[in-house]
Amino acid sequence: MSATTLPGSHAKDADVARALGRRRKTMDALVKWFCVAATAIGLFFLASIMLTLLWRGLAALDLNVLTREFQPTTYGDPDAPRGGLAHAILGSLVQTAIGTAIGTPIGLLVGTYLAEYARGSQLGNAVRFVSDVLLSAPSILIGLFIYQLVVLPMGGFSGIAGSLALAIIVIPVVVRTTEDMLQLIPNTLREAVIGLGAPKWKMITLVCYKAALSGIVTGVLLAVARIAGETAPLLLTSFGNNVVNFDLTRAVASLPIAIYQQANSGFPDLIEIAWAGALIVTLGVLAINIIARVVLRSRH
Amino acid sequence: MKASSFGDKLFEGLCRGAGILVLLTLGGIIVTLFIGALPALKQYGVAFIWSDAWNPVEDHREEYGALVAMFGTIVSAILAIIFAVPIAFGIAFFLTELCPPSLKRAIGTAIELLAAVPSIIYGMWGLFVVVPFVQANIQLAFGEQLAALPLVGFIFETSNFAGTSLFTAALVLAIMILPFIAATMRDVFEQVPPVYKESAYGLGATRWEVVSGVVLPYTRISVVGGIMLGLGRALGETMAVTFVIGNANRMPGSVFDASTTIASVVAMEFPESLAGSLKQSSLFALGFLLFVISFVVLAVSRWLLRSRLKA
Repeated sequence: MSATTLPGSHAKDADVARALGRRRKTMDALVKWFCVAATAIGLFFLASIMLTLLWRGLAALDLNVLTREFQPTTYGDPDAPRGGLAHAILGSLVQTAIGTAIGTPIGLLVGTYLAEYARGSQLGNAVRFVSDVLLSAPSILIGLFIYQLVVLPMGGFSGIAGSLALAIIVIPVVVRTTEDMLQLIPNTLREAVIGLGAPKWKMITLVCYKAALSGIVTGVLLAVARIAGETAPLLLTSFGNNVVNFDLTRAVASLPIAIYQQANSGFPDLIEIAWAGALIVTLGVLAINIIARVVLRSRH
Repeated sequence: MKASSFGDKLFEGLCRGAGILVLLTLGGIIVTLFIGALPALKQYGVAFIWSDAWNPVEDHREEYGALVAMFGTIVSAILAIIFAVPIAFGIAFFLTELCPPSLKRAIGTAIELLAAVPSIIYGMWGLFVVVPFVQANIQLAFGEQLAALPLVGFIFETSNFAGTSLFTAALVLAIMILPFIAATMRDVFEQVPPVYKESAYGLGATRWEVVSGVVLPYTRISVVGGIMLGLGRALGETMAVTFVIGNANRMPGSVFDASTTIASVVAMEFPESLAGSLKQSSLFALGFLLFVISFVVLAVSRWLLRSRLKA
């Protein structure tokens, strides 16, 4: 480590070099331990969140939570009926499914456009840039947008509005993964298909999509995980409901909104139910994330 | 032959149409926010931006301004960046240079899962875990000593001991954006050609000297881009902040005072505002300002990251 000593230098210089070497090694060790500590801190936060959720959520999670609709607080009365989150779970499933069903084809087409048709074109660059901005844009603004576009003309909060807001969040996630995955496909494969006389649209739909399938599925799964936990846009669009409602022209409950309302209610029994909901959402979202990673890895 | 060329035109048209729809969505967001904001902008003019009023009493003396929410948004996001960047750098450095290969994937995945946790969960965890922690172990333990510091003491001087404060919001935000910044930094650190690093190691450089002398100079534009990406997320984060910031629409004098952000004001007050009211319009105006701020930050971030990530 004495890179600074030169042949023939004086003993004094050797001392300086040794001191310098010590200082460099100390600095290196300090930075190393700082980095180990930083990683430990990051992992500690994940552990803290998961343990808090498991500890408080498992205590409250029972069949009632999964099967019953909202009930007001029991005020500690053991005979009063305890509520559940069935309305919120069903509402979340319905809105997430519709949001994904609307957003996925659009995102897939945009990703295809960027990877197959618009390489280097002005419009393509603009679309890619805007899609990337939408990917990180504050989701509450998407709520405000849908409020103006759908809620006001329809005259009230609705499940349709909520699903549309979620669809807008799905699109850029699917665009990103679809484009990335299609660009990984070697051009020789495309040339082989075109050489057989197939039209371009058949090349894309029958060959490229198939080759990029695991990546595209990963993108859709990540998008589902993202919108399953979205709260802010739903607050301004589907708003929440205390009963099971499949009428999408009216307000529909969702798990994140139910958690938000019950966690802030101040009643211990409702807060307990909110913890159970939080556990369900987090386990669902993390499970989908892990499945997405496994799907992607199985191909590479 | 004719049929297939029709199929080609149709499919290309569909793809291009979907692309244009994405552009229209962003355009639609700008236009609808602006239309919603018009009544408030007509009423108050540009002064809306630097007015600190927020009096939603329901007669004709109501008055709204953006200053408090904008101040809270920007201060909480910048504090979050200050908290998160050193830790994120440490994690990225650890994952690229120090971590044993057998642990690399597990730790990397764990950090990415931290990014996948929904913001409402951060909010709830923040309210029931971080808020009491800040109250007991930071404010009550060190608050007086911090307030007694010369010159900067006033930043910590407060009469609010609820634990919900600008500081707590910044802390929770920092934990939320930590994995985003760490993942971006790790990805750009990994793109440094190994030859550069090996040359430096070959000259006898320590790991820290390689990172500070080779990796960081090589990646600095992308690192700044990653930090801006985190800043963009922090500016627009809603639910986590709403839980822990205290939602007080008055100018905070200290980081331990309750405050509010644009996103949390909108989340708290929009659902109960009347359609077409001045209050609702003012909330749209706040949304428009948030859009402008975060669009600029995200655009700069994309521009900085594009040059290196796509190379």
